[in-house]
Amino acid sequence: MTSYRRAYRPAEHRLVGGVATGLAEHLGVPVVYVRVAFVVATWFQGVGVLAYLLLWRLLPLRRPEMSPGLESATRRGLRGGAGGVRGGAREVVQTVALGAVGIGVLLLIQSTGRGIDDGLFAPLLVAIVGVAVVWRQLDDVAWARWMRQTSGWAFASRVAAGAGLIAVAAIYFLTKEGGWGAAVNLASALVIAVLGLGLILGPWIARLSGDLSEERRERVRSQERADVAAHLHDSVLQTLALLQKNAGDAAAVATLARRQERELRDWLYGNDERPGDSLLAALRASAAEVEDAHHVPVEVISVGDTPLDGDMTALARAAREAMVNAAKHAGVDRIDVYAETDGRTATVFVRDRGVGFDPETIADDRMGVRASIVARVERHGGTATIRSRPGEGTEVALSVPIRADTTSTPTASTPTTSTPTASTPTTSTPTEGALP
Amino acid sequence: MTTLRVVIVDDHAMFRTGVRSEIDGTVDVVGEAEDVESAVAVIVETRPDVVLLDVHMPGGGGLEVIRRLHVRHPDTRFLALSVSDAAEDVIGIIRAGARGYVTKNISGTELLAAIDRVAAGDAVFSPRLAGFVLDAFAGTIEIAQVDEDLDRLTEREREVMRLIARGYAYKEVAKELFISIKTVETHVSSVLRKLQLSSRHELTRWANDRRLI
Repeated sequence: MTSYRRAYRPAEHRLVGGVATGLAEHLGVPVVYVRVAFVVATWFQGVGVLAYLLLWRLLPLRRPEMSPGLESATRRGLRGGAGGVRGGAREVVQTVALGAVGIGVLLLIQSTGRGIDDGLFAPLLVAIVGVAVVWRQLDDVAWARWMRQTSGWAFASRVAAGAGLIAVAAIYFLTKEGGWGAAVNLASALVIAVLGLGLILGPWIARLSGDLSEERRERVRSQERADVAAHLHDSVLQTLALLQKNAGDAAAVATLARRQERELRDWLYGNDERPGDSLLAALRASAAEVEDAHHVPVEVISVGDTPLDGDMTALARAAREAMVNAAKHAGVDRIDVYAETDGRTATVFVRDRGVGFDPETIADDRMGVRASIVARVERHGGTATIRSRPGEGTEVALSVPIRADTTSTPTASTPTTSTPTASTPTTSTPTEGALP
Repeated sequence: MTTLRVVIVDDHAMFRTGVRSEIDGTVDVVGEAEDVESAVAVIVETRPDVVLLDVHMPGGGGLEVIRRLHVRHPDTRFLALSVSDAAEDVIGIIRAGARGYVTKNISGTELLAAIDRVAAGDAVFSPRLAGFVLDAFAGTIEIAQVDEDLDRLTEREREVMRLIARGYAYKEVAKELFISIKTVETHVSSVLRKLQLSSRHELTRWANDRRLI
């Protein structure tokens, strides 16, 4: 099923209403062009301003989809930033300059006598600015509340305003005779009339379009709340109970706490992937298993990700073997795993700062390293480098090329993957070149 | 050399106590705060060298604290100390002006080393932050249409970031790349500067790609 791409106004980084930013993002053009387009359109009987105001109303504000932990922190005001970052100084200056140019040209058109009637121009300009100010005040929440009411004071005032606008339009139209500006005036009057009608009919239309999705969202939310309660009961409370029973056993407590932390973190910050989904997911799953089995924390850092195919599975398994080795033999309290994919090569580093060993001496007798790490990766066209020295820890560098047919849709797309033609690959070289 | 004066800002009393017991003695913990208001008050009053700053706090979070104090007290250095893994929180607080970011499960000695480093004017990158930075700047090297130097990391800076992401300490990075620790610190500081100054556009797009905003 193909759903059409909908344009949104961003909740952050907007100068006035976010219309230009939203449109620019939707159309994939620089925001300056959109702003220029609005300014130029304004020269034609103010179409630009009207379009801006209408779009402001019609484009929905993008509500960021966040994981439960972040959403909650945002709602309770524990996080900063939301909406706080407005456009930079350059953007502001740019916008003001554009606005000034627009007004200048408008005045120029006026002075040639081909614009709106002189007597109406100034009041119209004032009116537009006034409407803009009111509009700004009523952005979103307040506006939504005002427009939703179908009874009471707000309703009456809205109907009065709408009726007033229609009346003004009618009077304006009737008192004008024909002539050069008749068409222009008719259009203006029609626009005002439509505005009035919109004010009267607006709430029902808004309701029709808005309520359905809002309701659905609310239902989903309440289901999520139930899920949260169930999840906390099954995981955190149970773990805490276990911790109380095992309070004397430091190793058990640490393992339990670590596992609970990992699960809760995955759940809060939205890592609901399965081990079979991608290389990163497989590495994370392996890291979790090693942590549980050997009581050594494994930190996985990644840049980019790629879908799991045969090659990547081999890479992930080899990396897992390296983690197990580090956990078993290195005698460390932490293992670092770093995975990097640039669309052509996937590279995984497994590093510990433990006892280390001499790679020469294990060449023949330790099948684990040769068979499960080096040979496995080499079978899939990759390279495995083991650097270790007694007392200095061990680092296993694994690198496997990504097959072309799987690179088209990386799961977490980094910008790199879209430009496969550029410079020389940099990921795999540094470690292999610099062996001691 | 005088002991460093440190303020701990975190809304969880238990965590403050834990951190204090780990670092007090080596550094001088001159104050604690639990939300944005009290943090601003304590920092203005005690003028510490380093502020350990939580990201999520009542009143707007660590971001708000930095925003209110950064201009008035440029000498106070902020080290973000967070449990959050979310890239937007991490990158956000660094861009606001924090000199470094470490996660809360850091060991006491590592935390003290990080405090020293920040107090000396250097930046502190945890492996996770280095990963985020590489991710954020990924690809901008190839997309040459953005002609601002700030939007790119040099090859050397990327190498340093990559090694830090792999779990190398600064000392080990220096050894690996055959450069001095001072040079590593210079690279790291310049990455921090680029992260804080680089154009909104690239990072916004990066955040967009990840559906962060």
